[in-house]
Amino acid sequence: MTATLERPVSGPRGRTAVRIGSASVLLRWRQLLVPLVALVVLVLVSAVSIGRGDFPVAIPDVLRTLVGLGDGPQNFIVLQLRAPRVIVGLLVGLALGVAGALFQTFARNPLASPDTLGITVGASVGAVAALVLTGGSSVGALLGGFGVPLAALSGALVTGFLLFVLAWRSGVDGYRLVLVGIALWSVGGALVDWLLTNAQVYDAAAAYVWITGSLNARTWDQAVPLAIALAVLVPLSLAAGRTLNVLQFGDDTARGLGLRLAGAQTAVVLLAVALTAAAVSAAGPITFVALVVPQVAVRLTGGSRPPLLASGLIGAVLVVSADLVTRTALPEALPVGILTAVIGAPYLLWLLVRGRRQFT
Amino acid sequence: MTTHVLPDPAPASAPAAEPGRVRLAAEQVRLAYDEHVVVHDVDLELTDGSFTAIVGPNGCGKSTLLRALGRLLRPAGGQVLLDGRAIARTPTREVAKVLGLLPQSPVAPEGLTVADLVARGRHPHQSWVRQWSRDDEAVVAEALEWTDMAELADRPVDALSGGQRQRAWISMALAQGTDLLLLDEPTTYLDLAHQIDVLELVGRLHAERGRTVAVVLHDLNLAARYAQRLVAMKDGVLVASGTPAEVLTEELLADVFELEARIVPDPVTGTPMVVPVRRLR
Amino acid sequence: MTTTADAPVRSGAASRALGGSMRTRRLLVLLVLVGLVAAAALASIAVGTRSLAPGEVWRALFDDDLTNEAAVIVQQLRVPRTVLGLIVGAALGMSGALMQGHTRNPLGDPGLLGVTAGASLAVVIAIAFFDVGSVGGYVWFAFAGALAGTVLVYAIGSAGRGGATPITLALAGAALSALLYAMVRAIVVSDTQTLDSFRFWQVGALAGRGAEVAWQVAPFIAVGAVLALANAPALNLLGLGEDVARGLGQRIWLARAVGLAAITLLCGAATAACGPIAFVGLVVPHVVRALTGPDHRWLVPCSALLGAALLLSADVLGRVLARPGELQVGIVLAVVGAPFFIALVRRRKTMAL
Repeated sequence: MTATLERPVSGPRGRTAVRIGSASVLLRWRQLLVPLVALVVLVLVSAVSIGRGDFPVAIPDVLRTLVGLGDGPQNFIVLQLRAPRVIVGLLVGLALGVAGALFQTFARNPLASPDTLGITVGASVGAVAALVLTGGSSVGALLGGFGVPLAALSGALVTGFLLFVLAWRSGVDGYRLVLVGIALWSVGGALVDWLLTNAQVYDAAAAYVWITGSLNARTWDQAVPLAIALAVLVPLSLAAGRTLNVLQFGDDTARGLGLRLAGAQTAVVLLAVALTAAAVSAAGPITFVALVVPQVAVRLTGGSRPPLLASGLIGAVLVVSADLVTRTALPEALPVGILTAVIGAPYLLWLLVRGRRQFT
Repeated sequence: MTTHVLPDPAPASAPAAEPGRVRLAAEQVRLAYDEHVVVHDVDLELTDGSFTAIVGPNGCGKSTLLRALGRLLRPAGGQVLLDGRAIARTPTREVAKVLGLLPQSPVAPEGLTVADLVARGRHPHQSWVRQWSRDDEAVVAEALEWTDMAELADRPVDALSGGQRQRAWISMALAQGTDLLLLDEPTTYLDLAHQIDVLELVGRLHAERGRTVAVVLHDLNLAARYAQRLVAMKDGVLVASGTPAEVLTEELLADVFELEARIVPDPVTGTPMVVPVRRLR
Repeated sequence: MTTTADAPVRSGAASRALGGSMRTRRLLVLLVLVGLVAAAALASIAVGTRSLAPGEVWRALFDDDLTNEAAVIVQQLRVPRTVLGLIVGAALGMSGALMQGHTRNPLGDPGLLGVTAGASLAVVIAIAFFDVGSVGGYVWFAFAGALAGTVLVYAIGSAGRGGATPITLALAGAALSALLYAMVRAIVVSDTQTLDSFRFWQVGALAGRGAEVAWQVAPFIAVGAVLALANAPALNLLGLGEDVARGLGQRIWLARAVGLAAITLLCGAATAACGPIAFVGLVVPHVVRALTGPDHRWLVPCSALLGAALLLSADVLGRVLARPGELQVGIVLAVVGAPFFIALVRRRKTMAL
């Protein structure tokens, strides 16, 4: 059976169908081009970022070392010290970009973001508790044994579970989900505040850095589990693309086209929550990536919904670039979460002033 | 159900409908929102190839009934049967291959082009492995042609006028390739020319393509003109069913619509035309 | 078929009956709320590390003898704290009602307008760069920050085509808040001493504020309250939609300006005095609306009363739950308010934005 590449005669422009026998796939060129460019940019920026530091390594050397052709000292610097940090940043950006795209499509609202769902705050509660509660309390000892990332993950998952249970009422309604999320976000925020006020100052300071979102001291210990999680979650999310195409419409039309609405909504929300939980447990809540990146991606690819792959890759580019800037251009290294807000917020404000797309 | 092939303009070759065979039926259907009963134990049958218009005053439950027929609402009592099977127990994907819907004020995501919208109509026939078969392509192209939307194929749906937008949605329903089509107030908010346009299109779907159509309409005269059968509702109960001439009588208008009116033959089509006199209290 | 002569008689009787029962109900609600406020105030004065019986309280209020420990506690600690709780709670309740009315959004919380973020940034700057150490010192900074935040949000929200709509204001508020908070974190993360002071302010508490804080913010709250009450009739019209309101002769820009000024004064002063306190502005108007209906002439003052009662109750609860220490009122409100809010959300069958 031969593969045939055909341009539909009167079909949508910029699309090509690839058919093998009775199987067929539709390729949208712009939606492939943008992620490709983003990937190239990502590799370059990552290489630059890995190369920067007290012992600069040139980009070609970085690339060679990553492939396994580097020499001893370079191997150590690149592979043990620097690459893990950049890779964690990359993966976190990928996860948050995809989670944001999933969520904004599900909620049919460009303002929706997993951050305001309270998931990230739940992770913060877990992490701050682990950082701040001393061995004197049994909870503290338990969490301390877990380690911060695991505590953060537990916090995120517990919150995700609560969110679901409380928002479920024969299906998941987008608006109700957002409202319950805001309530959980408030409670979580209050708990974090309370923990911070009851802590030793230095513990509180460390906790504060964590809740700002930071890539400092990230090693393979964080990178590997994150990579494994994403290796499962990202392909699943991409597979949900067809469902998202229909989920975009109002509930009635979606059901009319044969979509099992409750199941589809559940799956999409679960994926978004899992991706966010994974990202936040590795690097803390990095603001704005999930909110802003999908909107950038949809404007670049031109479509009716934020594209998943492009959002993920652009998210990765954003986080790695923000990290690069904060490590090199700023006099004092700031947590990367501050920079993503500094980049993301003005962009959102600019969107507003230009008012091109109507926010309904 | 087979997908429909390339356009064939001759009306004589429309797929044969089986008149009398009941496709969609509501049996003692009771519908309620939160304890408030809106439709009381209604029986309604839609036979193959028929064109039914559901009319009634505001709040009579006609849209609610249509939504239940389209499995958008679960009945509090009774059941809806599609081709003899309970619709609630039929997988929604199977239903979507036979029954198409056009809800009231449908929402199209921003940035969606007409071609995209129509292509979405193929969703029930596609799968992960078959995302865009030759059939899909042909059907979409034909649907666009048939509704005269081919030139507008690359325009965003929200940039179209109201009438054009409705045509685009009907085009999607056509591409879905279903035997039955339910439309909930497709002409509300349209000016008269576009109302006629939309109903002519639906009429052609019925006459040339043998589709079974049920429409909820506000305008009695348009309903009388285009539909074969009229069903009148009041306060959640079905009050009359039959041809427009049988249903549109001065007594019914007084009873159901609280309207004193004269019925005259439409000078163009001969169907009953309502000329209002005044509201009855 | 009735004659036209019947119609006015019927409608007159109908409206009288309608007005009568509604007015009675509203008066009743008002009385109950006043009672609640009085009870909460009494509890606030009586309860604490050293609890006093009502009789003792009465005597302590008027005893000038400085050696009487009870008198000292009551006069110098509890009464100022209670008064502060009253005015701040009232301010938050009113600004919440106004915010929800102007944005026609049941989620309208004054913090969305950039008030809280602006105040936080100003306080952090005060601590880090001006070495301000006391809460009383923060107040002016916080107030200035709150004002600046609101002005900026309004300016940005109005900058695009179409001017200021609820959505653009909410977006501008969200974006600007995020930016300002990022700056807050940048400063706090670099300076541990600042963190140490800031983390206590940002929780939102009535504790540690002396009478002078109440004196500082009271004038602003008073002016804000007057503006809010004046804005109420306009809000009723605006609730029908801008077009209808204009058609009825309402000057939209004036109503919005007065409302915004009121919200800024009330919420800004409240945040300046006690730090960011969530949920009062969000939840109180909903409850009041369920009791008195959407008429803002009743909604605004009743929100003030319920806000005061709620804040004081939360404060008392915080004192009781964590004896001998206390739980900050911001935390109590969030932990108690959230389940209530979720229950509210779940009650509504379908939600539409």
